[in-house]
This record gives sequence, structure tokens and C-alpha cells, in this order.
Amino acid sequence: MGVIRRLLVEPPASRRQAAAGEALRAALVILGNPLALAGLAVVVLFLAMAAAAPVLATHDPLAQDLAGRLAPPSPAHWLGTDSLGRDIWSRLVYGSRISLWTVVLVAAIVGPLGLVVGVAAGYLGGLLDAVLMRITDVFMAFPRLLLALAVAAALGPGLDNAILGIAATSWPPYARLARAETLVVRDADYIAAVRLKGASTARILARHVAPLCASSVVVRLTLDMAGTILIAASLGFLGLGAQPPAPEWGAMVASGRQFLVDQWWVSAVPGAAIFVVSLGFNLLGDGLRDVLDPRLR
Amino acid sequence: MSALVEVEDLSVTFDTPAGPVAAVAGVSFRLGRERLGIVGESGSGKTQTGRALMGLVRPPGRVTARRLRLAGLDLLALSPRGWPSVRGRRIAMVMQDPRFCLDPVMSVGRQIEETVRIHGGGRRQARERAMDLLAAVRIRDPARVHRAYPHELSGGMGQRAMIAVMLAADPEVLIADEATSALDAHVQNEVLAVLDDLVAARGMGLVMISHDIDMVAGFCDRVLVMSEGRVVETLPAGGLAAADHPYTRALIAATPRLAPAGIGPAGHAAVAGSPRAISENSP
Repeated sequence: MGVIRRLLVEPPASRRQAAAGEALRAALVILGNPLALAGLAVVVLFLAMAAAAPVLATHDPLAQDLAGRLAPPSPAHWLGTDSLGRDIWSRLVYGSRISLWTVVLVAAIVGPLGLVVGVAAGYLGGLLDAVLMRITDVFMAFPRLLLALAVAAALGPGLDNAILGIAATSWPPYARLARAETLVVRDADYIAAVRLKGASTARILARHVAPLCASSVVVRLTLDMAGTILIAASLGFLGLGAQPPAPEWGAMVASGRQFLVDQWWVSAVPGAAIFVVSLGFNLLGDGLRDVLDPRLR
Repeated sequence: MSALVEVEDLSVTFDTPAGPVAAVAGVSFRLGRERLGIVGESGSGKTQTGRALMGLVRPPGRVTARRLRLAGLDLLALSPRGWPSVRGRRIAMVMQDPRFCLDPVMSVGRQIEETVRIHGGGRRQARERAMDLLAAVRIRDPARVHRAYPHELSGGMGQRAMIAVMLAADPEVLIADEATSALDAHVQNEVLAVLDDLVAARGMGLVMISHDIDMVAGFCDRVLVMSEGRVVETLPAGGLAAADHPYTRALIAATPRLAPAGIGPAGHAAVAGSPRAISENSP
């Protein structure tokens, strides 16, 4: 407690203490919100599951045992087996890696892309702004899943193409966000001052405008992760995501469809995993927004 | 005296729905290695004159001139791509309020280093230069200010840091646009002293744009008095009291002064009339 009290003392004695105090205050807000805390716990467990998959899995996720197919949950197979006799728990554990990979890759594509488009449109304005914003309008006019479906189908089924499809449909809101932030800082005196030093437009955008827009883009990314997981699972369910025998959660739900009445666990277990993880990301995202958005304080 | 800046018949015109408005209408002057003051009331065109020299008149403003040269370089012929190598390196500008002119999310040291690096300096060279400059603008603890962010500095320190940013690439001409107007009198004098030192030591040309005729008269070698986009009078700084032009006299009379003891309340006159309305300004 002594340390905590020292971190929260006003005024802070050094910049590092101030930063630590601010982080601690944010942590206390999250800890004080049971829903956000639950979300945090789910996300942490999800990350741990992906990281420790080889340790947690009891079987080879791809090993078939046709004699033991569609077995109910038992000590040998904790969550039962699927139609090819593969251990569902092990597939679930390895499947978390696919979901995590999807979320991370989509964020890595969408964040920078949206930032570049939005900053360029907002700062340069004129014809470029009009063209780029109409393009984002076109993308935003389609329902997200439908467009992702079309892109993934056009590129051919597969995890990489599904990620591209999701990324292609997710970037427009980020471009809008970055453009709005850019319009605020574009005419600031310090941007004029940077021009006075002789900085090129590219340098102004990369070094002085983009860093200011990045924080809101990052917040938005964390809020969107649940949606990304759901769309990735939907594409997998429809057969356009990761291809068999990869243990993708959406594809696992699809594979149990025929046995839904008698062997419900084949579909229900991965379905529950999708539900819990996306809920966890949602709750954590809401909690983080309360911490990070000064307007809601 | 070889002229650093030659301006002949400079006009800055804005097209408005009511017709073209000339913010600057035919200004001519030459700047050597000296301190030149430009004074005038708001709207007299002094800031647009400075911006035209930096190539930063915002559209829809148009710059025309018979001659606009910077130490032999024809600024009128410069393409948009050519400007960045001139700004900062050959001619730089310090603006009014350091609180808004420094990037809030970049440390002061990095902002100074950036100027050096834009104009081709290496990382180490930039760092050394930043420390030297912070010392040169009389900041007591250069290492601390180098790490500091703009919000951690006082106004006077911020303005000195801004001067360091703008001098980092060794420009030949510095334009100070109301550079001390946002500071209180004491800090103002400190910043002026720093400017004076640096200009003298480097043999730069300085253009001091201000509405404060007393300050300019005390600091500069020559004073250009502008009104309604034109130069109405050019005077040696010492000869201000002998100004003939009625506008200059009105400007001097408009400055508030402390009343001599025992004579009663201080009085100050207003400049007759007001800046021209847009409609009157159309040629």
C-alpha cells in the first residue's frame, strides 16, 4: 500500500512518477469495474491459451481416431471428440492461435492503412480528400460481413485471404477517424512552424500529424477486436476462412452442424469459445474507453 | 552594402466575392545585415509581407512582385518543391506565441535537431548543435530543456527554444513576427537581448514585425512604417521623433505612456479612422 500511496501523491516529483501514477489510476478504474475486470480476465486467459497451446493440449489437434468419433466429454477427451475422432479440447486450444493471429494481423493492416489514408486526405484536402472519402463511403455502404465474404470468396478460401477480406472492410472507419483528427491539428500554429523550418509535406504528416492521430486509432482498434473475431469465425463457418483440417473455431462450429441434436458438444463448445472471447474483448474495450477517453471522465 | 533581401513592388492579393483585396499593395524595401523593423496597426499588411518572403501566403492569396530576391536567389521562380530547402536553411521565422508554435508531443531538443536533420545534418551533429543553441539562447540548463516538452517551459523559455529551433540551420535572414508580443515586458527584454546577440554574432539580417513602435524603435536600426498595405515612411530608428508622415505621428501618439509625475492621468490618442473595409480596398 505504501508504494501505491506514494505513486498517487500530488504533485508528482518526477515525470516517471507521474506516468506511473497515471497508469496506476487507469488500472484502479479498470479494477473497480467488475465487467471490465471480467473482460480483462477472459482476454488474459485467451492470450495464455494461445501462448501455451502445446502444453495445454492433451492430444494432437489433427490426429484422427475414427473408432472414437463423436465421443461425449470424458476423462480421456475432456470436451469429447468430433466427427473424425479428433480431441475437441486440443483443437480449441490450438484454434485460439488462429483467432489471435487473425485479430493481430487485421489490426496491423487496418490501423496503419486507415491512418495513412485519413491523414493524407485530411491534410492535403481538395481533390484527393474528395476521392479518398468517396472510396471510404463506397466501402462503408456495404454490410461488413457481406463485403468480407465477397472479398474472401473472390480471392479464394483460406485464412490469409479471409484476413485480407476482413481488413478490406475494416479500414474505412479508421480513415474517417484519422481524417477528423487531422483536420483539427492541420491549421495549428506548430504545424505552420514546422513548415517554416523547411519540413517537407511527407515529413510533417509522418512526424507531426500522424503521431497525434495514432492514439485514437489505437483505442478504436481495441474496441473493434471483438467484431474482428466474430467476422473471422463467420467466414470460417461459411468455409471461407481457415481450411480443414486447421482447428478454426468457426469451421469447428460448422462441422458439428449435422450432429447438433445428438452430439451437441461438437458445435456448442467452439461456439461458446467464440462467444466468451468476443464478449471478453467487448467488455475490456468498454472499460478501456472509460479510462482512455478524457471526455468520458 | 550587399542586400540580403530585395523586395520591389510586392503585392499580396486575396480574391473575395467583393473583388480582389490587396493586403499588401506595392511594398519595396531592401534588407542588409541589419535589424529592420516593420510597424503598423492590425491589417496594415506587415504579416503578409513576412509570409510572402517565406512563400507561405495561403491560397487564395496571390503574391506578385517585380522583384523578390533572397541573397541572389529569385524567390518568385521557386517551385513548391524548391521552397523546403529555402525555408529554415536560408530564411526562417519566429512566430508569436511559443505555446502554440512548438509541437506539443515532441521534446524541445528533438524539434531543434529536426531542423538540422531536415537540412542534411547527421544525428550526432544535430544533437551537439541543439545543445550549443540552447546555451546560445541563454537557457540555464540545456540538458534539462533538451528533454523537456513544450508544456513544461515558461513563455520566455519557450520563445527562446523557438528561436533555437529556427536558427538551427543557420539561416541568413530571420523574420520575427510579433515574436515578443505574447511575453511580459521583462521577458520581452531578455528575448530581445538574445535575438540581438545572435543576429550580431552571425551577421544575419533581421526583420522585426511588430505593432509596438517603441520596442521596434529601441531595438532596430531602421523602421518601415506600413499602413493599408503600403510603406508610408522609412526612418532611421533614432529619427522617429522627427517623423513627418501624419500616420507615423499618429502611431507614436497612440502609444500609452506613463504620465510624468504630478501632471495628472496619462492620456493617449487614438489613430484616426479605422483599417479600411474590404469594399473600400478594391482597386
